[in-house]
Order: sequence, then structure tokens, then C-alpha cells
Amino acid sequence: MTVHFKQDEPDNSNRLDGMKQGVLGKPLPRIEGLAKVTGTAPYAAEYPVENCAEGVLVTSTITRGEVVAIDRTTVLSMPGVIAVVDDEKLCTRAAQGTANEAPMQGPTQVCYWGQPIALVVAETFEQARDAAKHLNVEYREEEGAPLDPGVVEPEEQEDETVHQGDLVYAMAEAAHSVDVTYTTKGHASAAMEPHAAIAEWDGDMLTVHASLQMLNYNISELADALDMEEDNIRLISRFVGGGFGSKLGISEEVVAAALAAKQVGRPVRVVQSRQQVFQTVMRRSETTQRLRLAADDNAKLTGFGHQALVSNLPGETFAEPVLQSSHFMYGGQNRELMLNVARIHRMTAGSVRAPGEAVGMPALEGAMDVLAEKAGIDPVDLRLRNIPENDPEEDLPFSSHKLAECLKQGAEAFGWDKGPRKPRQRREGEWWIGTGMASAARVHNISEAKSRVTLKADGTALVETDMTDIGTGTYTILAQIAGEMLGLDPKQVLVELGDTRHPRGPGSGGSWGAASIGSAVYVACKAIREELAAKIGTSEEELELSAAKTATGESLTDLLEGKDLIREGHYEPGDIEDDYTASGFGAFFAEVRVNHYTGETRVDRMLGAFGFGRVLNAKTARSQCIGGITWSIGVALTEALEFDPQDGHLVNCDLAEYHVPVHRDVPDLEVVLVEERDGAASPIQAKGIGELGMCGGAAAIANAIYNACGARLYDYPMTPDRVIAAMPD
Amino acid sequence: MRPFQYTRAPSLAEASHLIAGKDALAIAGGTNLLDLMKLQVETPGRLADINRLGFAEIEDTDDGGLRLGALATNTETAVHPRVRADYPVLSRAILAGATQQLRNKATNGGNLCQRTRCFYFTNIDQPCNKREPGSGCGAIEGIAKLHAILGTSDQCIATYPGDLAVALSALGATVEISGDKGERSVPVRDFHCLPGDTPWIENVLKPGEIITGIVLPAPVGGTQIYRKVRERSSYAFALVSIAAVIELTDGKFSRADLAFGGLAHKPWHDQRVGDALLGQPPSDTLFDKAADILLEDARGFGENDFKIPLTRRTLRAVLTQATEDAA
Repeated sequence: MTVHFKQDEPDNSNRLDGMKQGVLGKPLPRIEGLAKVTGTAPYAAEYPVENCAEGVLVTSTITRGEVVAIDRTTVLSMPGVIAVVDDEKLCTRAAQGTANEAPMQGPTQVCYWGQPIALVVAETFEQARDAAKHLNVEYREEEGAPLDPGVVEPEEQEDETVHQGDLVYAMAEAAHSVDVTYTTKGHASAAMEPHAAIAEWDGDMLTVHASLQMLNYNISELADALDMEEDNIRLISRFVGGGFGSKLGISEEVVAAALAAKQVGRPVRVVQSRQQVFQTVMRRSETTQRLRLAADDNAKLTGFGHQALVSNLPGETFAEPVLQSSHFMYGGQNRELMLNVARIHRMTAGSVRAPGEAVGMPALEGAMDVLAEKAGIDPVDLRLRNIPENDPEEDLPFSSHKLAECLKQGAEAFGWDKGPRKPRQRREGEWWIGTGMASAARVHNISEAKSRVTLKADGTALVETDMTDIGTGTYTILAQIAGEMLGLDPKQVLVELGDTRHPRGPGSGGSWGAASIGSAVYVACKAIREELAAKIGTSEEELELSAAKTATGESLTDLLEGKDLIREGHYEPGDIEDDYTASGFGAFFAEVRVNHYTGETRVDRMLGAFGFGRVLNAKTARSQCIGGITWSIGVALTEALEFDPQDGHLVNCDLAEYHVPVHRDVPDLEVVLVEERDGAASPIQAKGIGELGMCGGAAAIANAIYNACGARLYDYPMTPDRVIAAMPD
Repeated sequence: MRPFQYTRAPSLAEASHLIAGKDALAIAGGTNLLDLMKLQVETPGRLADINRLGFAEIEDTDDGGLRLGALATNTETAVHPRVRADYPVLSRAILAGATQQLRNKATNGGNLCQRTRCFYFTNIDQPCNKREPGSGCGAIEGIAKLHAILGTSDQCIATYPGDLAVALSALGATVEISGDKGERSVPVRDFHCLPGDTPWIENVLKPGEIITGIVLPAPVGGTQIYRKVRERSSYAFALVSIAAVIELTDGKFSRADLAFGGLAHKPWHDQRVGDALLGQPPSDTLFDKAADILLEDARGFGENDFKIPLTRRTLRAVLTQATEDAA
């Protein structure tokens, strides 16, 4: 039986706080953790499949043009080679998140250097890889493809545009104003597990083991790409070794494996090489951002301007939503916001962790630091003075807003020295030492979700959904929610995820997974509780369950009388989405060292204080925050995709040359979880957590660099070459 | 990866014979070679495994120096008590490179022979005169942040990526080589080549020759520093690195052996730089003069222009630190 719940009103009853099992929010370790660290959790490419052939993608060596001919004879005569697949259904790009339809297909049309154009299938991986490198391809090249976002006429994203009041006048009249331009380089998701798929046909039935974040959408994308019915497809993604947005949509290997398996009549595995993952999946667009801030004598904003230029391939709908939180972050009645997209022939731009705020907030929060300096006030104080009462553009109330608490609690825990700040005050040997801070914001997203919960006659429970766990803790939090609601130890709750045979979940992405699927499980468990309550003549609200018993001592097994109780929870966000602006907020504080001679910057300590509604598991929530702060360090100091100016190919396409922070770059990170319940965000009062930890953190580091050594930089990442160029003598 | 024939070389002579042919390479730790084979940058038809040939010892030499077996691993070398006590710059240089896992596998001989990390060299679908003579250089007009500022040619601006050899150059070590014509020794400072018109020739090894050892001279003491500048603090190649062995007597430089990484197709050693310091008391002016000499012919390619001021600043840091340590 399906129970449908659409949320149209805030739910501030906080029912989960009244439950008696006492497991929700507890820092339980991840259920699947042991399997993962002992190598017994199979990832997509690791499923044992008999008679499996190996496919390797062939990628283009021109930027734009057409594949005229492929010489398959040569490679087909190589040892072990079974087939060359160049089916017109092959995908040439990955699908954007929630696309729900096939990404670009048709491998003869080349739009970027490194684009997949064919697949070579052989008996062994080595044979396929060697043959793929030997495939002779004849191209008709179309010269002159634009590669530099700065030289093309950009397209305005009109739904992002805001003209409110008169910013130019506000700037002219301001007691303090800032007009600065920031740049950020492209980023890669760089998930540990490369993109991989094993496809197997049984008649018309297709089963694919793949590494994906959102099976609910992915099955539609695959069905569309193959011109099939979804009912004939089963997608399995039980364990995912990181996604960070790169696995939101299906990518090229999924469709290639399916087509190849059909063509050769046996299962085919396709694993993208590390270089291919970098070059074919998704990049975060580079950005250029102009920030204009006007403030009065009291450092209250009177004007707010944020204009950004991003890029993508022709035909892509995604534009890095740089301004996402700028729309509501701070007040200022005179507003100018605009997002432009340059169409260029670099690889596809798409979602990389925290699309938008990951780069928009570091620019905004850098500019705020400049303003605090100009106004001669403490940067924490500047933020506190400018928290808007309501959304300044939509005039909507906030669902819940904990920025002030995050700023105050964060400053306290960090030991922030209050007051106006002066750079170059502390030096130890070669190192300048300084501190900086920044606000965090990430819009709250929520999505429809379904989950089936079975309270079994033996007193254990089963939770089933096609939701994924991409390393974030979904298995564990769902066991905690069901355990809390049904009075069970989470160990008595079996959670089955990542299989499209289960009810459709929301998928993992946009930080919406936990609140969305958690709400579906909540709805299902509530229905089960109603049944149980009826059996003992009480109401669901009055029912107390703990240790598999009611408050009056009846055991669950007795109540169930040998029958399983099954409910499917269907949660749907309702009109409430239009009534409130909902966001997670936070504050970052950093202490850094900058080498006077070499410009190297090392983070000595960093703290993040975050308010994102109910915390479902304090350990996995903290881990998400730590991961986000680590990304912040990468954005601030090291991560930068480099594209060749001649042909637009991504040059630093491995983990040696694309510099994510290593252990030595990441000091002890402190996380403060600020108490919050957001009844308008979801029925379980939770908001998104995953991405908030990187939305602004880079600016805390940038601002600390300035405070340490007096180098005010406007270009991320702040690598040694840039620091020494800006360092005062 | 091209299919290849694998042979475990039974003797040094046999190994020399095996790799003298055109299509053959020696494999030791394989930490660089196997990566390049997967990328199809190296496509040997035959591999001669030299791992069981011996010469993995680290032993004292008669004149009080130390002989590092070519097949001793980087880790074994870095943690060796005599290396740590007498040649700390070498230990530090090794530990500044790669990761523990790689250093456990990588050998000293292999380290000297590692190939450049130029993006265009490691991508077979891009032009590279080093990989494919005559195809052009992608880096000169491309992404050249990591690239050389000294000793470049219009054929190639790649850098030698290692750390170990930079320290060896400062220490004045010698490479022992065995081949079908017998054995010979070459100073580390002369082992690597500049690109010139033959960027595919990276060192003086002739077909069939194998490095068997590295000989360190008797300890020279002094203050020993290895400074590696990079944007992340581990697992990154040097933007600039400096190996320094410095001694001050009566407030004046009495020893100044300096070698530089990240600047050229080889560990860079310029005798004039050290000579300019000798007999002089330390000062910022003096350090700048040394930098002027070092960088006299330096040339950037846009993206790597910063290496010129960065080298100057890093040299000043190293010499300042050495002066303070010596005082």
C-alpha cells in the first residue's frame, strides 16, 4: 500500500524528537564501511560476470568536425579484438543532472577534443586498450572553433537577471564601495572510482551495473538513448566510489557497454581510464565574476551587484549557477545580477560539487572582506549587519536562517579576534600568519522520493529504494530513521539501495538525498506506526516504540502476529517550495601560513559552523562537512583545470597533475553543528548538508592570505606564482 | 599497452644484450615506465627485468664515501643511517618526491632515468618532439606552467622532474654504468642532457648500458638543505627546487654547492653561482648577485615566467636559512 504525502505547510511538530529509540542523530559509523575498507563491497566494474568482453572508448583527436571514416580492418586483425562499435546511438557527452533524457548522441559529429567516437571490444582489457589506440580515424576538421570564453559574444541567462533599483547611483552615493573582479578556474569531480559499466542482455532485458548517482533519472536517460522501455532495463549501483556530480547523469560508457553487449552477443564491461574520466565527463566551468557592493556609514549594504561569465558547449542547457545564493545572501535594495554563458568547444561543463556556490560564494565573500576593510569594521560584524529579514528579491520569508548563530558560534569556537583588521601583523621565520573568515550558503533542494518499508513478522525491518549511497552515509541514516520510528536498533534494519527494481528514490545530488529519501522513509514508517497504534487502540501520535516494544510492553512480533507489514512511502514537495526561501547557512574560519619567499600557502587550522536543519547522523554529517572544507582548500589553493589554447583539450587529466589537496594539505578541521529544525524544508526538518561545507570556504583562506601577508588576490586558486606577484615587498 | 615479451635477465651481461636492441627497455621498479606503457608513450616490444641482478646494496666506499646500488629503493636510500647522517640533503630530496608507496618501489637507477611530466609528452595524440621527433612541441604555445626556463631549445622546453638527482648534483655524485664495452663513470652533473635538437636523448646512456650504482664522495658536512616549492605540500613535482650544501667560515661562505630542479631538462648546476658566494659574507645583495648569474639566460614561455622571480626568491630563502643555521 502506498502512502502519499505532499508537503504544503511547514511541519514544526518535530515528531522525530519525541521518538523513544534514541538513535536518530547519533554518530553511528557507516553500515557498509567495513565492507568497503576490506574490499568486499563490489563497485560497478567488479561484479563477477561470466564471459565478459572488455570495451575501451576511442576519443577524438580533433576539436570540431566530422568522423568521415573508421578503418576497422586493421584493429579487427589484432589479437583478441572482437568488434568496433560506432553505432549512431553512442553518446558523446554525459547527461546533465536530472536531464531524464539521453545526452548528445551521434559519434560522427565531433564537438570537443577527446570526445568519445567509438568503442573497441576485445577479449582482454589490455587488447582493447591497445586496439583503441590503433584505430585509424579519418576526420573532416572544421577549423576555428572558439575555445576562449573571453572572446565570444555570450548568451544571457535571462531567468537569472535581476535589475532592482539603481546600483550605479548606489555605488556613487555609497560611503564605502567595492568593485572587484574575481576569476575561478575549472574544477573536476575527481571521484576515486572511475566511471564504469557492465552491460548484460537476456533477450530484450538489459541489466547494467554502473557507477551512478541518480538511478531514477538514469534509467530514463538510458532508455531514451537506446530507444527502449524502462521496464526492460535494470540498473544496479549499490556502491559508488564518489560522484561529486560527475555521475548525476549517465555518461558515455553506460550506453557504449549496452550497445556493445548487444552487438557482440555477450556481456561487455567498459571502464573509463582516469584520463578519459577527466576529459569526457564533466568540468566545472571557469568563471569571471564582477562584484559591486555599496554600503552606507553603518556598513549596511545599499547596493549589490554580481555578474558572472561561465562557459559551456553549444547545445548544453547547464550554466554554472554562480549567482544562486547571491540572490538572497545579503540585503541591499539596489541590485544588479546577471549570468552569461560563452559557447566554446571545451569538454562539457556540468555539475561539480556544489555547482554555483562553490565558486560564487568564494568571490562574494572575498569582496565582503574588502568591504569590511574599507568600512573599518570586523568582517564577522559586517555579515551580521547585512543578514536580510526576508529574501531581498522575492520578498519571501526564509524557512529558517541560522547564519547569525553560525557566525557567532563559529567565531567563539575558533577564537576569532574581534575588531578591524590589519594585514602583516604576525610572522614566524619565513612565514606570515593570518586569519580569515567567510559566510557559507547553499540553497536547499528537495525532491520527490519513494521507499518501501517492511516491518517483518520477526521484528526486523527492510527499507528498499533505488536511492544511492555515494559514500555519504545513506544506508546508515535510513536505518536510523526507520529504527527511530519503529523502535528498532538500526542493526535490525536492512537497507537495500541502488537497484531500479526498488521504488524510485530521488538519487544523490544537489545535497537533496538525505532530506528527500529520509522523508519517504518517514512517511512509510508513520503509516506502519498507524497500523500498530490501531492494534493496541491508541493513536500514532501517542504510540511509543523502543527496543522493539511498545510503552505498555507488547512486542512488535506479538503485534504483527506472523504477518509482515509493508508500506510504500511517497513523499512529494508541495506548494511550500514557493512560500519560502530555503537554504543552509554557515561560517568558515581559517588560519593560514604564507611563505614570504615562495608564496606557498598552508592551512594551519580551519573551522566550519553550519546550520542545515536536523542532523540525522552526527558522524556522517561531520564527514560531509570535512569533505567540503577539504574541497574549499582545493578551490582556494590548488585545483585548476588547464585547457590547451590551440585545441581546447584538458591537459592536466590525472590525479598527479590535477591537484586535489593531499593529506598533508589538510590540517585538523573542526566542525560545529548548529542546532536547527526546519519544518518548511522537509517533513523531517532536515536540509541539504553535503555541499554547504565548500560554499565559501575558499574565501576564508583567501582572506586569511591577505591578513597574513598583505597579498590581496582576486584569482582562484591562489598558487605561489600569484601570491608572490601580489605580495608587498 | 602494446603486447610485449618479458624476460627476467639472468645476468648483467645478458641484460645489456637484451636491451641493446631497438625495441627493448629495462624495467626496475616500473613506477614511471608502466604508467607510460599504459599511455602508449613507451611501447617496447621486449622488457628485460633487471630486478634480480643484485646491485641493491648501500655500502661504504674506500675513501669514506657511500655507494648506492642502482636497485636499492628510494625508501631504503632515504632512511639509510649514513645517508641521513652524512648526506641529509639526499634523504630530504628523496622524501620530498612522490609518495611512500612509490618510493618503496622506485629504484635509484630508475629515478635518474625518469621521463618528463610534460602534458604533451604523456598524451600521444598531441605533438611532442621528444616522443615523436619532428612532430613539434605542444608546450611552447600551450600550457607550460611546469616547464623549463633554462637550457631550453625551440624543440623542447620540458623539465627533468626528479628530486633525487638534484641533490646528487649538489653533492657531486657519480653514476656507475655498465655496458657491453665495460664499465664507466659519469658525474651526475654530466649524466642528463639538454634538449637541443635531440630532445629524445635525455641522458648519456648508450644502447645496452645499465646504471649499476651511484657513488657519493666522502662527506663534506656543512648545512644541507633541500627546498622544494610546490602548490600542494606533497605528491607534486617541483615548481622550483634547490639542493644546497653550504658552509661558512669566519662569517664568509667557504662552501656553496647548489643545484636546481624544475628549471631545466636536467638538474641545473652552474658553478659560477656557488663561486660568486665563496669568500663573501652573506647579504641580500650577494644572494641577488648569485641569482643574477643563475638567471642571466633564463627565458619564460608566458605561463612559467613566474619561475624567474620564484627562483630568485627561493634562492634567497635557502641562503638565508643556511646562513642562519650555520651561525
